[in-house]
Amino acid sequence: MFNTRIKVPQTAAKGESVEIRAMIMHPMDNGFTYTTSGEVIPVNIITDFTCTYMDEEVLHITLEPGLSANPYFSFRLRAGATGPVSFKWVDQFGTVTTAEAVLTVT
Amino acid sequence: MKGLLLALALLPGAAAAEEPVSGYAYMAPETRTLQDDDFENPGMLWVDIGQRLWAAPAATGGSCADCHGDVAGMHGVGTAYPKWNPAEGRIVSLEQQINLCRTTRQGESAFPYSSDDLNGITALVMLQSRGLPMDVAIDGPAAPAYARGKAYYETRRGQLNLSCVNCHVDSAGLRLKGEVVSQGQVNGFPIYRQLWQDIGSVGRMIAWCNDSVRAEPLAEGSQMAVELELYLRARGKGLLIETPAVRR
Repeated sequence: MFNTRIKVPQTAAKGESVEIRAMIMHPMDNGFTYTTSGEVIPVNIITDFTCTYMDEEVLHITLEPGLSANPYFSFRLRAGATGPVSFKWVDQFGTVTTAEAVLTVT
Repeated sequence: MKGLLLALALLPGAAAAEEPVSGYAYMAPETRTLQDDDFENPGMLWVDIGQRLWAAPAATGGSCADCHGDVAGMHGVGTAYPKWNPAEGRIVSLEQQINLCRTTRQGESAFPYSSDDLNGITALVMLQSRGLPMDVAIDGPAAPAYARGKAYYETRRGQLNLSCVNCHVDSAGLRLKGEVVSQGQVNGFPIYRQLWQDIGSVGRMIAWCNDSVRAEPLAEGSQMAVELELYLRARGKGLLIETPAVRR
């Protein structure tokens, strides 16, 4: 599990488009950098980011080695009903990091 | 004649006495936006780590919060570091004060320098002073340390034979290839540095600067590095703390 930061509005009107933000603390080593002793730092990246709302996948992003550290995504979601917005990050070794917030629709 | 002499005497001093300018002013608009948004600012990832450590119970059973209360109570504390510590008989940086607290009061081992834990809790404490002016004491017992820091700052070193002054006082505002040379102010530390894609303390930055002029890097946490930090903070006296700042 990596350190994450997520931002989901607590409440939203039905049909409103809300901004969702998610960030994960990760080095995103691209395989082209070296340690001070000259050894290659192997590729170590997050490969998948998924956001689900009401158990339905609303966003899936495949990440590649060119991304900088601590990848941050921001996107808009149409509020339908009160329910959980959950986030899942998977790294190349299969380690899963999750975070969840509840969006209350009024 | 007397007036001319006075004017001449003021000239060399004019550069040293110039208004301190935060590194923020030298950043691209995108970088400033990144710093200004408390969610997007990657430095906040470490503040989160600090927040968890603040409440985490130590070996003796007490957490930081048990003595100090809510971290908001540390308002203004960060402005005075590095600071003279009578018990230690030397100047200590905020990082070292945190580690002293851990070893003497909490019965824990010290966090290593540049660890996420130490940077996180330092950033958390400094964040409580955000918007306050830096104000370190350089009189009394701190005076010799300040003088040593100033001497280090003004001494040429490394294969490039440059002193800190050559770039950050004499050439501040000029270009070094594609970048504008800043005054090298430290009011935003610990900073999230885009080049490192990581957070770093003043000590890490000093070592990086040493390396850049091909000099032997000062070890982070060495007494010389702490005294240099004291000089740097005194030099930027009055600049508002921006921790965690984002720099290129």
